[in-house]
Amino acid sequence: MILLLVPALPLLASAILVLSEGRMSQRNIALVGVGAVVLSAVIATLIAITFLNQQEQSVALTLWQWVHIGNFAPTVSLYLDPLSLVMMLIVTIIGSLILLYAAEFMEGDEGYNRFFAYMDLFVAAMLVLVLAGDLLALFVGWEGVGLCSYLLIGFWYQDAANGLAARKAFIVTRIGDVGFMLALFLLFTQLHTLQIQTLLVQAPNSWAVGSLAATLTAALLLTGAIGKSAQVPLQTWLPDAMAGPTPVSALIHAATMVTAGVYLIARTHTLFLLAPAVLAAVGVIGTITLLVSAFAALNQSDIKRILAYSTVSQIGYMFLALGVGAWSAAIFHLMVHAFFKALLFLAAGAITMRLHHEQNIFRMGGLATRLPLAFWSFLIGSASLAALPLITAGFYSKDAILAAAWAPGGAARLLWLGGIVTAFVTALYIFRAVFVVFFGTAKTEVSGRYGWRVALPLTALSVLALVGGLVETPPVLGGAKIFSRLLAPVFGAAPPPAPVTLILFTSAISLLGLGLAYALYWRIGPRFAAWAARPAIAACRNFFYGGWAFDELYHALVVAPFLALVRVNRHDVIDRFYTGIAWTCRWLHRRLGALQTGQVRWYASWLAAGSVVTIAVAVLR
Amino acid sequence: MMTVPVQHALFLAIILFALGVTGVLVRRNLLFILMSIEIMLNAAGLAFITAAARWGQADGQVMFLFVLTLAAAEVSVGLAVIIRIRHRLTTLDADAANLMHG
Repeated sequence: MILLLVPALPLLASAILVLSEGRMSQRNIALVGVGAVVLSAVIATLIAITFLNQQEQSVALTLWQWVHIGNFAPTVSLYLDPLSLVMMLIVTIIGSLILLYAAEFMEGDEGYNRFFAYMDLFVAAMLVLVLAGDLLALFVGWEGVGLCSYLLIGFWYQDAANGLAARKAFIVTRIGDVGFMLALFLLFTQLHTLQIQTLLVQAPNSWAVGSLAATLTAALLLTGAIGKSAQVPLQTWLPDAMAGPTPVSALIHAATMVTAGVYLIARTHTLFLLAPAVLAAVGVIGTITLLVSAFAALNQSDIKRILAYSTVSQIGYMFLALGVGAWSAAIFHLMVHAFFKALLFLAAGAITMRLHHEQNIFRMGGLATRLPLAFWSFLIGSASLAALPLITAGFYSKDAILAAAWAPGGAARLLWLGGIVTAFVTALYIFRAVFVVFFGTAKTEVSGRYGWRVALPLTALSVLALVGGLVETPPVLGGAKIFSRLLAPVFGAAPPPAPVTLILFTSAISLLGLGLAYALYWRIGPRFAAWAARPAIAACRNFFYGGWAFDELYHALVVAPFLALVRVNRHDVIDRFYTGIAWTCRWLHRRLGALQTGQVRWYASWLAAGSVVTIAVAVLR
Repeated sequence: MMTVPVQHALFLAIILFALGVTGVLVRRNLLFILMSIEIMLNAAGLAFITAAARWGQADGQVMFLFVLTLAAAEVSVGLAVIIRIRHRLTTLDADAANLMHG
């Protein structure tokens, strides 16, 4: 029952903040807003300790029955197994660190109360999503994070561009949600339940591998996951989502929202095993996404957009892992990514808040000595993102994924190749940012100081981004299997570990990326910039800069035809029919109304005439 | 005892009814209209009585009693309405009471 407190506390805090309508002081708002999530993180940790010491592999908690119509009787239930346990810990712990940071970052903002109300609701919705035992309850959490992302991306709504970005995020993810909803309908009509565990048991019994129903369901679920996790072709919303405050970006990218798609696929992986074609599509989509967004990240100039594209790309790795059936590797990378991406965003926020919200990396420079805390945090985050060998957590998780992609052989090696190329580009683009931002000559004034509420999350996340990977290491480096053994009841045995040569190759690739970044953006910086400014190269860079022109493509394919239709239909063609009916009625009304003279004798004559006619008809018939 | 032929009585009823209808349609004074309606009612009553005498049954006479009651009720309501109209419009002209035209 104590499990209920984990999502309930942030929800309660959100309600309190909404109802207080900003009458509380900022100190108290932060106390309620941050305290609730910290408390729920503490409770989650206690639950984790109890859970790991007990024999059972899952705990189901049915709260109440939602409705009962015919044989449709969804329950509101919580379900705790190793997978949701890991997700719950990620959401609450990373969430509370980000909220603590936000308490200082947002200080002085007039929407302080509103901000924490939304953030707490966001965390609560994500917790509902990961703890739900019923797909319908999961859907509530799913839409909840969608709503909160809309509210938070458009948090500074006075600027119209932010509202536009918020709407874009909402609408694009909504396209995926339609697929998810259709999947729910299909599951219910075919298997007559939405209880996740029942579904996962029933599906293999009623559906053959590769059957139409299984393929369709998995494909529709994948659509939902693509929308939420910002994969090709629905990835365009995430870079624009940077319009929100930096802690929001950190929360969306690390703990909540974008990881929901990965979680959904991992949670329903039995269904995907029944549809091998869709599972392969997951891997292909992941690979395409990671290549597309890594090249886009390479050409951004806004520090937050670099990180946004890198998130899209890292989620691509998770999809790649899911596609080759390495479920625990995907969740492992999800966890490690949450550590270093939260760290990177918070460090980026720490830089911008001292630079009067300057986000263009080319107007920064030389910040290494002047902002040592931000520098070291960002450096550690970057190292983890680039998967520098041995010392970073990202190395272990990315290595697990690449090993899993290598293992099956055949066409899956292409996915591996995509992963390797991206590993190289990842190291290149993130160290490009590091060299441009932190080295060279200073270009901007630095003001202010950091309080402990910024320093503590940065330090804690730095530690996690370095050592968080040690729970799962390849055999040659100790062979720890804590993570995959923990998730074994959900996912079964882990795929075979990578051969040593492969590990060496991967390490060499990321170091090579770092080296090239050093060479291009630091050693021969100006000469390289001159080369890159050539028209042909610049055109290519612009193409990448705009995210492979996906926005323009959608504008041409979807938005423009829609607008043209709107213009054609401006005076509503179908409405003409109804206008016609109304017009006829009005005309008849005027004609018949003229008969209503108000003259009693006139009416009497009509009565008499009517009677005569009626009697005549009756008699003469 | 001299018996009146049925045809005569019915002709009288028809003539009375026609007079009543004409009165309602051509008279403008509300009092006369009311009286014309009374004439029409009595014409109907006469037809009932005639039919009762012709068939030797009491039903027609019972109906006539109903008609009388109806006429009494109609007159009381009608007079009340006329008084109200006189009060409001200071005239008994039926054509003046056309406030509810469409």
